[in-house]
Amino acid sequence: MAKKPTEPNRRDFMTIAAASFAAVGGAASIWPFIDQMNPDASALSLATIEVDLAPIEEGQSITVSWRGKPVFIRHRTGKEIEEAKGVKMEDLPDPDARNENLKDDTPATDINRVKDKNEKWLVLVGICTHLGCIPKGQRIGDAKGEYGGWFCPCHGSHYDTAGRIRKGPAPRNLDVPTFEFVSDTKIKIG
Amino acid sequence: MKMIASPFAKHAAMIAGAMLLGVTLGTSPAQAAGDLPEIKAQSWTFSGPFGTFDRGQLQRGFKVYKEVCAGCHGLRQLHFRNLGEPGGPEFSEAEVKALAAEVEVKDGPNDEGEMFDRPGKPSDAFVSPFPNENAARAANNGANPPDLSLMAKARVGGPDYIYGLMVGYKEPPSSMKMSEDMSYNDVFPGHQIAMAAPLSEESVEYTDGTKPTLENHAKDVSAFLMWAAEPKLEERHKLGFRFMIYLLILSVLLYLAKRRIWSRLKH
Amino acid sequence: MAHESTFTPGNRLSKWFDDRLPIERMMHDQFGVFPMPRNLNYLWTFGGILTFFLVVQLLTGIVLAMHFVPHETMAFDSVEHIMRDVNWGWLMRYMHANGASMFFLAAYIHIARGMYYGSYKAPREILWILGVLIFVVMMATAFMGYSLVWGQMSFWAVTVITNLFSSLDSIIDGLGTTIVQWIWGGFSVGNPTLNRLYSLHYLLPFVICGLVVLHIWALHIPGSNNPTGIDIKTKSDSIPFTPYYTVKDGFAMCVFVMLFAAFVFYAPNYLGHPDNYVEANPLATPPHIVPEWYFLPYYAILRAIPDKLFGVIAFAGSISLLLFLPWLDTSKVRSTRYRPIYKWFFALFMIDVVVLGYLGAKPPEGWYLIIGRLATAYYFAHLLLVLPLLGWIEKPSAMPGSITDDVLGKKPAGAK
Repeated sequence: MAKKPTEPNRRDFMTIAAASFAAVGGAASIWPFIDQMNPDASALSLATIEVDLAPIEEGQSITVSWRGKPVFIRHRTGKEIEEAKGVKMEDLPDPDARNENLKDDTPATDINRVKDKNEKWLVLVGICTHLGCIPKGQRIGDAKGEYGGWFCPCHGSHYDTAGRIRKGPAPRNLDVPTFEFVSDTKIKIG
Repeated sequence: MKMIASPFAKHAAMIAGAMLLGVTLGTSPAQAAGDLPEIKAQSWTFSGPFGTFDRGQLQRGFKVYKEVCAGCHGLRQLHFRNLGEPGGPEFSEAEVKALAAEVEVKDGPNDEGEMFDRPGKPSDAFVSPFPNENAARAANNGANPPDLSLMAKARVGGPDYIYGLMVGYKEPPSSMKMSEDMSYNDVFPGHQIAMAAPLSEESVEYTDGTKPTLENHAKDVSAFLMWAAEPKLEERHKLGFRFMIYLLILSVLLYLAKRRIWSRLKH
Repeated sequence: MAHESTFTPGNRLSKWFDDRLPIERMMHDQFGVFPMPRNLNYLWTFGGILTFFLVVQLLTGIVLAMHFVPHETMAFDSVEHIMRDVNWGWLMRYMHANGASMFFLAAYIHIARGMYYGSYKAPREILWILGVLIFVVMMATAFMGYSLVWGQMSFWAVTVITNLFSSLDSIIDGLGTTIVQWIWGGFSVGNPTLNRLYSLHYLLPFVICGLVVLHIWALHIPGSNNPTGIDIKTKSDSIPFTPYYTVKDGFAMCVFVMLFAAFVFYAPNYLGHPDNYVEANPLATPPHIVPEWYFLPYYAILRAIPDKLFGVIAFAGSISLLLFLPWLDTSKVRSTRYRPIYKWFFALFMIDVVVLGYLGAKPPEGWYLIIGRLATAYYFAHLLLVLPLLGWIEKPSAMPGSITDDVLGKKPAGAK
């Protein structure tokens, strides 16, 4: 080799500068390859839905699809509201309201499970907090569990009429999604 | 497009052009030889490596599309939400909602199993005027008005072609025998087009003070269709500029490093 | 180049690995200290550039496959979905489409370099053959990838090219038709065709990767050729791959990527065809069917021959003859630098290919057809007559004694 006396010095400033600049560019160009897997513009555009509540009669429930997930909307009866209000806080396995519209650590009283103190309308993400099954209780003939709310058939979790976990392996109350009343009979979820 | 034929010499020229001058545009304005009529290149705000769309022009162009073209031509790749996205006409959220709500969208089935119509939402796609090709042909003397979503990239000349077509309606030369229901057009291949001249002076009312001339209508709708075909053009130009600067610096650094390293070799 | 490994593990972990899977040793021997001729010019940087584009195509291709729907009614719209909705989707698709063109451009330069400097001659015949095989698989992959967009050009290119097999009907009645229907999975190009093209388009790049590994392996047995075509004789003829050629390849790659970026960001559809932005319509053929630019020379050869079967044979022959190049060329001198007559024939061959490329996009009629036939004739004459005969006739010019002599500008012994 022609360069016996001066062995190539790889610590040369120019080489380091070029190599690091190339490395920075290489690292930056990884981002598009990762970000392409995130929800795309068409998925994001469906991230909010509006639901008309007018046709839901007292005692009825409907299920709507939001971001590919079921959302339970129940028009609660006076009896159901009273039952939910009567529960003592120490009887709740999960004392947190789990309401996206309120701050964390809000106690799981019935009034904190609804929006704008409008107790008639209970809106829940219909996914069991245990392992993601869909609880029963939406249809007329469904098993509603020991507390008259919802019952998850996968591992036997019982939810009350405010969607709070009362018995079974589920660790948390059913989530209340972000939503708002656009009018008295219309809500926008998401 | 004939110019893809032109081999290395022209490619080399193209390469130099693209790098130094920045030949842009989704489709090249180079002219196809032979049977296709000449298309004159217009000046567009979106051409060149720093080109951006003119918001006002896109909004006017959308109005032209909505009030004139949409009767026969779909734009099915577009969604109403696109109208509010950056790099496009950038209508406000409220305007996008209002524009979407103007159309009836088929949805369903509802609880009774029936399909129903409801007002459109920003997430809805544009609704094509005909449910299928046969319906389109039946309503248009056998001609099928093509979808315009990609028209600005699907014709040689792109937006220049669309502009040329819009302003190219003329009396046919006396030597030419026209078929029934056909119009003479300067730039349409074969010169006989089934679409009657769609635009003329004051076809569409402009509210921003732009003169409602035929040329302005044609220019605005061509620009709008270019955006419809290439909605990420601005993002592309922006990212391209940054990437080019990066590459330029990296090349210089690598060149200097290369010289430094190779200088160790004894000659 | 058979040589002892000079690798010594730097620490105990490295030693532990070296005893089990000596991958660090391989990298050190093959890409670190590997002896390279010291006189390589920039034409030798295209091997690295090609590797870069193989990686680009694989990465962007895997991304596109996550969003593409291989169905005749949804393929075209799913491509538009990628362009409009998927995060960075437009970048991925434009990179993939233009990356294919850059890949071919680099491959053509790489092949032409090999031909000019006689890199196919002994002992590098297998290296060359592997290269030709990579090129053939690349062409198949590119063709299939182009078809997936399911635009008008995609659809009609598939129709026309698969119909080439129907020429076999003139040998055994019904054979061609049977094969074509087998390829289509139906009686015309349709959904089954699209699905198999997609499956194979995903498979073949991995075949290319395998062939590339063999290609590099075969390269590292004799080592790289060089502009003089003279073997490395003494230590002063060679330098280690790293850092000399890593930095040189890196610089060349960066410049070439600039060209790539110019297309991706400023003229992404320049090399494409407007008709492919029209969804495939099995009932209407576009007025001009033109393949992508990198297929044009072969397309011209195909159309220069008036007979369907012989056209296909000429088309296949124009590429497969390259496999025999090491034996068609009878000259003992590798580098064209020292071949005073062949120099001109080589230039003529390059021009011939460019002319064929030009004609590939023209209608095969009138003068275009006549020139096309002459150019096709020369293509084959060059490979089958000029190369074998010239080797016997030509008297090579004086060559330098060694690579070092050439670099230091020493006059060849006995030069005027």
